[in-house]
Amino acid sequence: MPEAKPVLMQGNEACAVGAINAGVRFYAGYPITPSTEVAEQMAAMLPEIGGVFIQMEDEIASMAAVIGASIGGMRTLTATSGPGFSLKQENLGYAIMAEIPCVVINVQRMGPSTGVPTAPAQGDVMQARWGTHGDHPIIVFSPASVYESYYLTIAAVNLSQKLRQPVIVLLDEVIGHMREKVLIPEGKLMVEKTSDKQVPHDWKPYDDKGLTPLVPFGFGHYYHVTGLFHDQYGFPTGDPMQVERALDRIHEKLVKYRDEIILTNYIGHKEPRVAIVTYGCTVRSARAVVKKAYWQNRLPVGLLSLQTIWPFPEKEIEALAKQADVIIVPEMNMGQLVGEVERFARGEAKVVPLNRYDGEMINPDQISEEVGRWL
Amino acid sequence: MEQLTQDFLRTKKLPHIWCPGCGNGIVTAALVRAIERTGFDQKDVVIVSGIGCSSRAAGYLNFNTLHTTHGRALSFATGLKMARPELKLFVIMGDGDCSAIGGNHFIHSARRNIDLNAIIVNNHIYGMTGGQHSPLTPAGKKATTAPRGTLERAFDLLELARGAGATFGARGNAAQPRQLEQLIVRAARHRGFSVVEALSPCPIAYGRRNKLGSAVDMLRDMKERSVSVERAADMDEAELEERTLNGVLYSIEAPEFAEAYYQSIGKDIG
Repeated sequence: MPEAKPVLMQGNEACAVGAINAGVRFYAGYPITPSTEVAEQMAAMLPEIGGVFIQMEDEIASMAAVIGASIGGMRTLTATSGPGFSLKQENLGYAIMAEIPCVVINVQRMGPSTGVPTAPAQGDVMQARWGTHGDHPIIVFSPASVYESYYLTIAAVNLSQKLRQPVIVLLDEVIGHMREKVLIPEGKLMVEKTSDKQVPHDWKPYDDKGLTPLVPFGFGHYYHVTGLFHDQYGFPTGDPMQVERALDRIHEKLVKYRDEIILTNYIGHKEPRVAIVTYGCTVRSARAVVKKAYWQNRLPVGLLSLQTIWPFPEKEIEALAKQADVIIVPEMNMGQLVGEVERFARGEAKVVPLNRYDGEMINPDQISEEVGRWL
Repeated sequence: MEQLTQDFLRTKKLPHIWCPGCGNGIVTAALVRAIERTGFDQKDVVIVSGIGCSSRAAGYLNFNTLHTTHGRALSFATGLKMARPELKLFVIMGDGDCSAIGGNHFIHSARRNIDLNAIIVNNHIYGMTGGQHSPLTPAGKKATTAPRGTLERAFDLLELARGAGATFGARGNAAQPRQLEQLIVRAARHRGFSVVEALSPCPIAYGRRNKLGSAVDMLRDMKERSVSVERAADMDEAELEERTLNGVLYSIEAPEFAEAYYQSIGKDIG
């Protein structure tokens, strides 16, 4: 194991450093609070290592440029916040449809609309899932610390490449701006550069047989990339059979690699009566509650924190609901992920929302109070 | 005229989807001939397009082809060019695609002077959606969304690009395909943001509603109105009324963005 060096950094910086360590060499973005530090960090670092940083004219162009660079074979990143995330949705859908890898950091702020730009919130959970039109698969990570921001961004880049699927890292203003220690292994991370090497003779960009690597433009493989429904060579089709097959194709890869995508963490009592399910910065308050209730007082309380929120960790919730009587879902919104928890609890446990939407964090006392009510 | 190079066409994808009398085929053929004349390596050429009738051309051309979202072709192309500066990018857009929904990207691509070749097929109308007016529909002309004639004034696309910083601007038309081919060749050889406006007839969604006659009538009219930049220099304003300038309107030397970026980080892109 290489030596690990502790570094103090912000969540936003951790995303930038993580991305670079995962081989990202292209960033296109547009300034927006509270995500701007990601761009600033990239602007400082990328030119030093031969990468490309470009500030585009708007959010839409940033998303488009990132996709263009990915087709050129670079690993790419962009970052934004709610209003900009809304603007990116059409091209995000394009990347999903055309199976172009890219990673989007969304540092959530309080909405709707311009909202409270400097206040934290977890209001983009459903937008991250359903922001672009049509039935589409999406992967969304939600880090609860600076350390997780670093490692989940690396995971996002790698998964995105492997599955040719856009991945969203959904931070919130708290995680984006707080400073914490991150252990970063010393030495260079090896990243294989995308090229035309080892491309099989019968390579097809959207092979019916399953996932194929993206062969960048400029290597003599003349294929077509479009947001239209396409056949296995990339050419537009309106044939109902091919349309259905193409839609199944982009969904099935997430089902197949589910175990690599779904990341969750459970702490607390083995057979909890009251369980907390949460994600992002709210995990921090919930962890404080479990520390006190279980580690100090041995109460039957547990916490399932979700690093992956989409695709939704259905099996994990099903299993938890069989154990717990009550599942509390604290969220800094008016109740977004709680509906999914309820759906997969399948009536086995009572699901209780706990919401705050005044631009402040949910504190441990609020969660303790709710937990106490059900113990 | 000699046969088109079959190597550069996806002949299996033909016939194309365009209406009878459409000028898109002529413009596409001029582009193919132009690429052949540049001598670019086929694998280095990328065709990027937006959304609309003319943007479907990408699917018929045998290169790496990228059919993007409406108005955003130049932004996708910017990302690709910055990632792979050695590639030769031709960006096909329609008039609505480029100047309305894509207007912001158009002026900023010009401002950066990034080495992209923008080919705008201007038929003065949104054809694919059935004939709505675009920012390049001349004032007074009818469209489904301007049944009494549009009150809006049209952009002068090449002047817009020049004002925003484009370093090469040329206009050709489907009635004079040889000249159009030459203009695209010159645009391709120019280092920087090049704009070629290709006037093209849409007899179905534009001509019919404005009583401009058949496709042949429209092409004839296009040719008669066209006056070369050189000839126009000796003409006064009255003579130039209702005429369109053809040829290279401007060609300026200025630092190219991708090259400047890579130089700034100590990399030579050749």
